[in-house]
Amino acid sequence: MNHKSQLIAGALAAVAVAGCANLPSVAELNQITDQIVKASFRTEAHVNVERLTQTDDTNRLCGEADASGKPLDDKVAKAIEETNLKTIRWPSNGQFIGDWKRGEAIAQSGRGLTWTDNAQMANGGNCYNCHQIDKSEISYGTIGPSLYNYGKLRGVSDPNSAAAKPIVEYTWGKIWNAKAYNACSNMPRAGHMGILTEAQVRDVVGLLLDPKSPVNQ
Amino acid sequence: MFFHFCEVRMRQALISLALAMALGAVPALAEKTASQGIDEYRAMLQDGNPAELFEAKGEDLWKQKRGPKNASLEACDLGQGPGIIKGVFVSLPKFFADTGKVQDLESRLLTCMQTLQGFDAQAIAKTNFGRGEMANVTALATWIAAESKGMKFNLSQSHAQERVMYEVGKRLFYMRGGTHDFSCASCHGEEGKRIRLQDLPMLTKNPGDGVGFAAWPAYRVSNGQMWGMQQRLNDCYRQQRFPYPGFASDATVALGVYLGVNAQGAASIAPAIKR
Amino acid sequence: MADPMRIRAQASGDKATVRVLMSHEMESGQRKDAAGKIVPAWFIQEVTASHNGKVVMTAEWGPAVSKNPYLQFNVKGAKAGDKVSIKWVDNRGDTRTDEATIS
Repeated sequence: MNHKSQLIAGALAAVAVAGCANLPSVAELNQITDQIVKASFRTEAHVNVERLTQTDDTNRLCGEADASGKPLDDKVAKAIEETNLKTIRWPSNGQFIGDWKRGEAIAQSGRGLTWTDNAQMANGGNCYNCHQIDKSEISYGTIGPSLYNYGKLRGVSDPNSAAAKPIVEYTWGKIWNAKAYNACSNMPRAGHMGILTEAQVRDVVGLLLDPKSPVNQ
Repeated sequence: MFFHFCEVRMRQALISLALAMALGAVPALAEKTASQGIDEYRAMLQDGNPAELFEAKGEDLWKQKRGPKNASLEACDLGQGPGIIKGVFVSLPKFFADTGKVQDLESRLLTCMQTLQGFDAQAIAKTNFGRGEMANVTALATWIAAESKGMKFNLSQSHAQERVMYEVGKRLFYMRGGTHDFSCASCHGEEGKRIRLQDLPMLTKNPGDGVGFAAWPAYRVSNGQMWGMQQRLNDCYRQQRFPYPGFASDATVALGVYLGVNAQGAASIAPAIKR
Repeated sequence: MADPMRIRAQASGDKATVRVLMSHEMESGQRKDAAGKIVPAWFIQEVTASHNGKVVMTAEWGPAVSKNPYLQFNVKGAKAGDKVSIKWVDNRGDTRTDEATIS
């Protein structure tokens, strides 16, 4: 048995000796879980075990809130949102709206970042897994809200106008780092976590906000 | 390559499917027809589950003298005494005194293959799914599951370690990580959701007969592979962009305890057939 | 030798329904492996079913039939206790024959 297994076996044996009556405390259970995670997962191809053992506070606090059934304190949630907001990298060339045709391809693709994926290839956004987007695509998920008519419903007829600026920025920001607007959102942080490049984010924003995009027909 | 009937039946199946879809008394919404079509395809698959081929293999492997010790697995204790197969599937994972740990079916098979037959359990755990002795573990698990088909899940929580593993499993279920911040709950924590067109069972409570934990091992028609619960968890973690979960590691067993206890009273349909 | 088939045959009225599961890779010859090379075709080409020694059905299969194929057919006049035998031959010349008794 290696060292890690011995630690866990010891912890669990101590529980057995302590008797049937009481569970370990919440803190002790959290610790046992941490030890089990470290002993159970390993790096494979380009997927490093640190993705799990060194996950950030956003994930740690939101995961704990989910497990305990108690939502995060408002102040803690706000702090998480502010931290995530600070990570957003706005377009380096000032251009928010890209090519919706490329955006559709990015939304359709679920490639990248698994241990069987080729690390040299471009990642996809995985968007259709959770969202309806273009009406003609019937294979869409329902984990996130429908994005069909996204720009149209928000009255965006000219994404470059001053009136559209808040929506355009929100859309960019939400894709870059969804947790900036909702601390424990289910949505991945496409820009911040390196899932999509700046150019790819621009194209997905185009898919959602270009008045000529099929999404807004 | 989607039909495994002989040619005449293939044509019949295509015609009736097309008819059914055309006559489907539903509004013209394209997505309803697709779902209907998929349901009908799934109904057609139920007859002749290739999992039976793996059951037959598993039964042979249980009885055959193999390994460095040239012994069969007939003395293996899966929780109700040596050699008892019926009913064990719906009581796993559970605590085993001889190893001092909570173990699931595939973990326990490794224990028996090592102690009774002399195989190297760690080497098997490192073998890719579908290959060598790992493929044999899957066949054994398929047969053992079949022997409890229709029975209701009834995991023990009477041992302290079983209760600790439930709590660990719950924390793991909600643990967010990886590049996409996914946890099991991201997909399986809410009722009535789906990824693309794949319905997702909610696994934080009993999802009903033959769903989730009660549906694996299963034969997957899309890739022609027989998957045990360990492989199902492995592929979930892969798609979550997590690092690799060790085969039969404590994390996977803890998740099995969480899912299995939640499924209390649900009937097992394993080995099932999936698209 | 290939893994055995699973054959179930049940008499009902004046016929018997025979269900067969065959264990075979059924490689179409159109797939490419990870290196980009075609995976060679390897599939059952001929299936012969016999009832009490007499051939009652033959089938010619091609690459469209999928892995671990399932076949179901009826035999008129077959009764409980009769023997059903299924034989397949694949494009490599491998063959397998299995038998069952109609219940």
